[in-house]
Amino acid sequence: MLTLGEKVRKIRSKNAGPFWITIDIFCGNKKIYKEVCNKLTNSEIINLLMINEQQLKRFEIDDLNVIKFSFPRKIIQGDVFDRDMHGAQLAILLSEMKF
Amino acid sequence: MIPIKVLVPSGVLGLGFDLEALNNGIKNNPDIISIDGGSTDSGPYSLGSGTSKYSRAAIKAEWKSLMIAREKANVPLVIGSCGTCGTNGMVDWMENITIELAEELNQNIKIAKLYCQQEKNFIKKNFHLSKIFPLNPAPMLNDYLIEEMTNIVALAGAEQIQECINTGAEIILAGRTTDTAIISALPLMKGANPGSSWHGAKVAECGALCTTNPTSGVVMVEFDKTGFTVEPMSKNASCTSETVAAHMLYENADPYILQEPGGYMDVTYSKYYNIDKKKVRVEGAKWHSSKQYSVKLEGAKIAGYQASLLVLLREKNYVENVKKWTDKLSNFLKNEINERMAIDTSEYSIEFRHIGLNSTLGELEKNIRSPVEVGVLCLITSKNQISTEIAKLINPFLLHFPLSSNEELPTFAFPFSPVHSDRGCVYEFALNHILELDNPMDAFQIKISEV
Repeated sequence: MLTLGEKVRKIRSKNAGPFWITIDIFCGNKKIYKEVCNKLTNSEIINLLMINEQQLKRFEIDDLNVIKFSFPRKIIQGDVFDRDMHGAQLAILLSEMKF
Repeated sequence: MIPIKVLVPSGVLGLGFDLEALNNGIKNNPDIISIDGGSTDSGPYSLGSGTSKYSRAAIKAEWKSLMIAREKANVPLVIGSCGTCGTNGMVDWMENITIELAEELNQNIKIAKLYCQQEKNFIKKNFHLSKIFPLNPAPMLNDYLIEEMTNIVALAGAEQIQECINTGAEIILAGRTTDTAIISALPLMKGANPGSSWHGAKVAECGALCTTNPTSGVVMVEFDKTGFTVEPMSKNASCTSETVAAHMLYENADPYILQEPGGYMDVTYSKYYNIDKKKVRVEGAKWHSSKQYSVKLEGAKIAGYQASLLVLLREKNYVENVKKWTDKLSNFLKNEINERMAIDTSEYSIEFRHIGLNSTLGELEKNIRSPVEVGVLCLITSKNQISTEIAKLINPFLLHFPLSSNEELPTFAFPFSPVHSDRGCVYEFALNHILELDNPMDAFQIKISEV
């Protein structure tokens, strides 16, 4: 079984200001985009990242073949217990997901 | 209207740009040169301490190139968010660098400084008048918390930058400003399409990040009544409809909407056209003015005083049981600190991070395997300046603490001396709010000087 990272062109995550994280899944083409849109559920993302369901925003951007997730960070950027200020390593969790 | 050309040398002053591309930009007759000087992107330290993230030398070297380019082009040069955080002190710091360079380059310049820092009493007054509203998510706010903040700034928008442009200043040194306002201000003033002025500004705010060659830095955006055209100035970069459209995703929680002082931009119906191999034309963004003008606030307060220790474990038994080891050590240290220093656990926190296991992702890590070695990073954060004393107390135990009572004392690897690192004061973001203003200049001041 492929991982999501092997399936799509690129997955990246980044802080969007100090209070939010955003994840972009660049599918690469329409076929894979449709497949990921259909199969990848919000509950998988919620479980993977341990976030609150109500706070997850999902965008499907047809023109770019991109699926985007945004959510408020549990630990504000740079707080004492923050481990990754830019949140860029979170994308790896999605990349390593079985798809 | 005559189209307005804005030259953006890079995403931020201090990051570097291609000088040849900058010269190409000047040859293309820009109407203004706009560069960002800051961001909250590196965390709360810069705003908390009121200091620049980048070295003064790097800022001075790059600002020199831009001051030379500005003189050649004979157009205004604008920097927003001076010194990373955009406090008043950092605007003055930038002015100081500008004055030194003006003398070195033998330039006579009129400077406009835009001050964006907020007095605590002004914030308290507006908080009581219900003029301050939380965004989602926002830290709690009250008089006590406002008093605790070391620096508070309001983010200027296009209106305040336009006031500065109207002074006729050749160089504008702005405190905290939205990344886009320094780019959109002039096109908006000259009658360019409002939605496209903000959209073009958003596309160019990170310099060449909207191109195929992000490190080349320099881009030119031309604004008119119906849209904008963006073009990289480096020979080795191109814009494509995809690189330009994709930039709306970057660091944005919402890929269609951008909130700005006085309203928001919506790019849901924007269309992107490849004009040639380098240029992209964009039309269709909409600007929605809000009834009430407001600006965003940023603030930081002291989170504590921090010290760190790092120890390396290579012995198999300790590597495999590192979590157990630090749990045991943690309990032991609580008692030691209480007995020897008479400090309660509410006065400080000690955190162990296991480098090699899950120090990056913490509880989210799914893929924990036993590594050859593990680094244990011990972070001590205290309310008062006792973290270094606590670190010194911890030092011998971190070196020798045994897993079981019936073994010889182990000795682990300390990679340096002194073992502890005093990290000093650490800060946290304390505001994610907006402030309503009757007049855009109500929370901002402009000062003019000439050198």
